[in-house]
This record gives sequence, C-alpha cells and structure tokens, in this order.
Amino acid sequence: MRLTALIATGTLLAAHAAVAQVPVLKILTYDSFLSEWGPGPVVEAAFEATCACDLQFVGAGDGAALLARVQLEGAASEADIVLGLDTSLTAAAAATGLFAPLSAVETDLPVAFADAYFRPFDWGWFAFVYDRTRLAGPPASFEELAASDVKIVIQDPRSSTPGLGLLMWVKAAYGARAGEVWAALADNIVTVTPGWSEAYGLFLQGEADMVLSYTTSPAYHLIAEKDESKAAAPFVEGHYLQIEVAGKLRASDQPALADAFLDFMMTDGFQAAIPTTNWMYPARTPAAGLPEGFGALISPDRSLIFTAEDAQAIRVEALAEWQAALSR
Amino acid sequence: MAGRALPLGLAGLVLALMLGPVAALALWAGGLALLPADWAALRFTLVQAVLSAGLSVALAVPVARALARRRFAGRGALITLMGAPFLLPVMVAVLGLLAVFGRAGVINRGLEGLGLPGLSIYGLQGVVLAHLFLNLPLAVRMILQGWQAIPAERFRLAEALDLGPQGIARHLERPMLREVLPGAALVILSLCLTSFAVALTLGGGPGATTVELAIWQAVRLEFDLAHAAGLGLVQVAVSALAAAAAWVWVRPAGFGAGVGVGAMPVIPAPGGATRAGDALAIVAAALFLLVPLGAVVLRGMPGVSELPPSVWSAAGRSLAVAVVSALLAVTVALVLALAVAQRGSLVIELAAALPLAVSGMVLGTGLFLLLQPVVSPQAVALPVTVGVNAALALPFLFRLLLPEARALRSDYGRLADSLGLAGWARLRWLVLPRLARPLGFGAGIAAALSMGDLGVIALFAGEQGVTLPLMIQRLIGAYRMEAAAGAALVLVGLSLALFWACDAGGRRAAA
Repeated sequence: MRLTALIATGTLLAAHAAVAQVPVLKILTYDSFLSEWGPGPVVEAAFEATCACDLQFVGAGDGAALLARVQLEGAASEADIVLGLDTSLTAAAAATGLFAPLSAVETDLPVAFADAYFRPFDWGWFAFVYDRTRLAGPPASFEELAASDVKIVIQDPRSSTPGLGLLMWVKAAYGARAGEVWAALADNIVTVTPGWSEAYGLFLQGEADMVLSYTTSPAYHLIAEKDESKAAAPFVEGHYLQIEVAGKLRASDQPALADAFLDFMMTDGFQAAIPTTNWMYPARTPAAGLPEGFGALISPDRSLIFTAEDAQAIRVEALAEWQAALSR
Repeated sequence: MAGRALPLGLAGLVLALMLGPVAALALWAGGLALLPADWAALRFTLVQAVLSAGLSVALAVPVARALARRRFAGRGALITLMGAPFLLPVMVAVLGLLAVFGRAGVINRGLEGLGLPGLSIYGLQGVVLAHLFLNLPLAVRMILQGWQAIPAERFRLAEALDLGPQGIARHLERPMLREVLPGAALVILSLCLTSFAVALTLGGGPGATTVELAIWQAVRLEFDLAHAAGLGLVQVAVSALAAAAAWVWVRPAGFGAGVGVGAMPVIPAPGGATRAGDALAIVAAALFLLVPLGAVVLRGMPGVSELPPSVWSAAGRSLAVAVVSALLAVTVALVLALAVAQRGSLVIELAAALPLAVSGMVLGTGLFLLLQPVVSPQAVALPVTVGVNAALALPFLFRLLLPEARALRSDYGRLADSLGLAGWARLRWLVLPRLARPLGFGAGIAAALSMGDLGVIALFAGEQGVTLPLMIQRLIGAYRMEAAAGAALVLVGLSLALFWACDAGGRRAAA
C-alpha cells in the first residue's frame, strides 16, 4: 500500500518535472473565452501543436474585469498576454505602462485599426436583437425606437461591456443630442441589467421585444439551434463596433513565445474557431470563409467607433448624460 | 465552560477575513473616498433593504404561526419546499419570478386576457418583491424554529390557566418574537444591503443604483480602489449599526426548561376565523413561493437530459465545497453562540453579522490583493471559496443557534456546572442533543447557500476547479440558456436534497 503510494507520488513528481521543462505561456482572458464552449480549448490545442509549450488560460471574470485585474496585478503578473480587452478600455490599459509595443498587422476589420500596444482578434457590431415571431416591424433607428412602444432591455454601462458599447453608440450617432435621445428612449427601456447574460435571458423569456446584443447573436440560434426566428435590426445611424484585442505584458518572462502566440492569433488555427465559439467576426477571415449562417446576418454599411483616446475622454460625460436621462 | 480565548479568537479571525480585504483596498489605494452621488445610492440601498427586511419578517409571523399550530397532510414536505427559493441562485430566482409577475408572466397575461391594464414588476416594488421571495422562506423558518423552542409545558400551563389567545400571545408568543425577530430582520437586512443583480435587474434603471453597483463601477470601470474601499466601509458600518441595534433590542425570552421542546401538537389551534386566517396565510405563502419555483422547474426540465459531463463534475465539486464549508460554519457558529449565551460580547455579535454586509466585489478584490503576493489565486480558488462561503453562512447559523444556546444555558447551565459536566462530555451529552434541531437546520442552510453561491470563485477560477454556479454562468455566456436552466435545476435539486438531509438529520437526532 505504502509502496504504491510512493511510486504514485514519484511518477507524479516525474510527470510534473517533465511538464516543468516545457515553457509555459499564461494568457489572462475573460471567463467565457476559456470555458469549454468558448474558443479557449480549440485555440490551446492548435497552438500547443506548433509551439512545444504549455498554454494556460487564466480567467478573470468578464471583459470589464480584465483591466481591473491587470491593474491589480501590475508588474508582478504571472501572465504573458492579456486577451479580451475592447477598444473602450484600451486607452486606460495603455496608460498603465504595463503593455509592450506591438507591430501592426493586416486585418479584415470594417474600419482602419491602428494601436501601438494592442492587436485585434475579433470584432462585432452591437445591435438590437429581436424575435421575428413576436415583433413584425422592428424600428430602423434610435429615433424610430424612441417613438414606438417597442420595449427593450439593455445593460448597465457601469458594470457591463455591451452596456458601455451602447453608451458609445448613442454618443457616436448623436453627439451633443445623446442626452435627448436617451430621455426619449427612457419609456422603452423595461430594465437595465448588470450584464449581457441577464439581459439576454430576460429577452428570451419574453420580457422585452428587443435586447442589446450583437449582429452575430442570431447566428448562434441559426447554427446551433436551427432556429431562424432571431434577427438583428439594422439601424440607419450605423452600428457601433466592438473590437476585441490582445496585448503583451512588458513583464512577460516568455516574450518570444508571446510574440509567437500573437502571430498565431492572426492565423486560421485561431481565427477559424472564433465565429462559432465566440460568436463574433474573426479579425482576419479564414481561408475557408465564414461558416454558413453568417451569410444570413445583417451587414451594416456604416460602422461607428471612437478612437481609444476619444472613448476614454467621452465616457464620464456620456455616463452622466445617460444617468440623468434615465433617473428621471 | 471553555475559556473565552477560542470564541474571541475565532471572532477575530472572521472579522479579519471580512475587514482585511477592505483594508487591503484602502492601503493599496492609499486612502478612502466617497463621492456626493454615493448618498443617493446609499439612500436607495437602505430604503429597499429596510422595506425588504421589515416586510419579510412581518409577513413571516402569521405564516410561521399558522405552520406551528396547524397539522395537515404534507406539512413537512411543504415546509421543506417552501425553503427552496432561499436556496436559488439569484438570477434563477429572478427568472422564476418574472415567469409569474413579469411583462410576459402569468399574471399580466391573465390581466390582458381580461382587458385590464398590466402591472409592472420593474421598480422598487419589484426589488422588494424579489427580496421577499428570496428571504421570506428564511424568516418563516427562523420564526417557526422560535415557536417550536417554546416548551410544550408552557402551552399546557397557559391552557390550564385559561389564558386564551391574547394571554398566550402576551406571555409566550410576544416574548419569543422579541427574541427571534431582531436577529431574523438583521440577517435579511444585511443580505439586502449588498444586493446587486436583483436590485439592478428589477430596479428598472439607474434610479435603482445600489452601493454594490457603485462598488462595481469603482473597481472595474474607474479602477478607483479608494472609492471602492470607502463604499465597502459604508456597507460594513450600516450593517454594524444594525447589528448593534439588534443586540440592544433582543431580550432573551427565558421560558425555562421543558422536556417538550419542539414536541408536536400542543400549541392551541383555535377554530373559526383564526383557522380560516391560518389557512389563508399558508395558502398565500405557498402560492407566492411555489408557483415561481414551479416555473424554474418547468424551464429546467428540457435541459437536464442534454447536460455535458463537465456539469456533473462541477456539481460534485460544489457538493464537496458545500459540505466542508457547512461543517466549518457550524463549528464556528456553535462556538460563538455558546460563548455569547454565556456572556454577551459585541465583538462576537459583530463578527457574526458582518460577513453578509461585506461586498462580494470588495471581498474578492481584497482577497486577491492579499493572496497574490503569496500564492497563485487559481491554486487556492476552492479553499478560498470554502472559507468565504463558511463565513457567509455564519450569520444565519449564529442567529439560529443563539436563542437556543441561551435557553440551554439558562435551563441546564447550573445543573451541568454542578455535575461538573464540561468540555467534550458536556458537548456530547448536553449541547449537541439539545441543539440538534437548529444545528441540522443551520447546517442545511449553510450547505445549500454554499452550493448556490458564485462568490469569489468567478474572480479566482481558471480552467480547473469550476463549481456549478460558475458552470451555469459559463453556459449562459455561451448562449446555452436551455442547458443553463437545466444545470440550475440540478443545482436547486442538489441544494434542496442537501438541505433536507441536514435538516431531517437534526430533527431525528433531536427526537
């Protein structure tokens, strides 16, 4: 008995030592990226097949929690790469001085993208998603929505990334009139939830006619559930973009490996996993194209986005407008 | 009895676990900060918490009294099932409530069918309704426990003296309520002070901003840890004030010893209008609690069959966490309650009240700051979850055990002392048998709470060590709502089974 235990311990230690010789790349990311339904497992297997290394994902709650985590850990972070920030947060992230500069890459984003510290891995347009069987003629703009009695559920910009995206969307579309638009929307808003999942759950349960999500959300229902009833409503103002990025931490002890991963990130091994695991558009369209079902999605011809610096500068004012308009 | 060092040490440990994270944030940021807008958030937080706690205990009294004095088929099962809402993960409970009270819920569909205007659940009314749904079961059980703790001999004596319902209320029931209600209200108040998802989702908009949301904003959007620490301290201060008030108001009922504690049907059960009133209280509470629960079950059924294997391993992990944290919580709560029963101590009272009042966000962030220099947070995700869950269950357990520990002390303390019954023997032959009922019930609550709590694991977990609540969150995050509803049903079923096993075990040991 004791001998067996000893042998088992020995084997375990040996196995551990063997693993320890392989370089480890640690990637800090949001929880749904590393979950078994997210891109994490596919990406890990594909990269490990090329790198003779051990890729480990470290979870940090959701996207908005990532930046706080990076700031908490500071230079002491064990992570080499942070993956999953979006452009509403990159200015603050760059200002920490914790990220290393990266070279620019070619992308298939609908807008020009240049950032000294971050490289995009996927993107999506925010949109209001509705159920065709419950809502026949969806509004085609914020003003039409405000004038209608269509009920929407949105996320709180103070606790959720899509919520912050919507704040930016209205600001980008209406500028100084944003407060006015929010005041007009107030009676359409059923409620404001802390995060995307609560809002989407409420919408699916029939509490609202539309929910703030992405133009790609209907693809999930179409591909995974063979359900064609969900659609995103195109808005004439254009749709705000969410661009998700990754950056390399300056304090990384595996800088070469991190660079290798960030290059791998732009290849099909990573990009082809994105559409049907993260339900977003890949930053670089894979050779095989997008999966069937993505063709049925709306494709806005106007993309709205603030630069990272503008998004950072506008946030406080836009948040105050939003709060004032909806608290009344 | 054992010295004061152990209980005071444990209380200090709990206080350190709760206040250390707040201090860590403040130290990291080099100060504390509050903003003018925080007062509006504090006002809303207080209003909804006071209303929720007040209504929960006020409505629980008639229900508990009816359940205490009436006997009917299925009573035991009803009492167990009625406890279930308290064990639901918050968002699952909200979706269940919305199936009944929501815009597309049963009630509004019915009103629409009758051509009547609909009711809106979104706003302060919805927040209070949801808190009532989540906490009424707890209040009912705590008060019911109080009724059962009145020795049967007292009711027989009251009958022999022909006291009548008024007399019984004055001499037996009101003193019992005076002892039990402040503690129950305190626990629920503290719970509602840190309410986050319920207050926000049902609050309807930024008018319903709570202190907890302000903390989220401070940590994640602004990374202003000084502000987060300031807000966290406000939550703690409010809860500490409430704990101090409860400490002042509580009067031990002092019924004296009896052999018939918790015995069956001796509580006088008048007929006529009182009987009808009791029936109404039970039926109304059962409908209010069980219909939304039914909606949760219906939503979850289709998803159960297609659950991935990882859900079951997560369920196993959650069960293990639940059992260990329940054992830990019961042990600490028993030591603290026995110590306070012997001699009051504000420090212990505070240690037993604060865990519910500390913001989950402050706790998670602060623990992260404290642990990160020493150990990788992923490596300790499960032990930290066990510790935090045990601390969070402590207030419930302490409030449940304290009245009975006091009664035990006043009824048997001198006899046990004179017999030289001390230490392990006293625990084995006196304390555990006499307190078996609240211990079992409390362990059940602690275990079930720990099962359902997402807690700090969301901030700490990596690819491994996923618990069931985190798994549910990941399923929802991946659009798999049906599977998530199925996993939530598994969670509710396991929590309820665990709760029932502990509760029934306690009752059997007491009988």
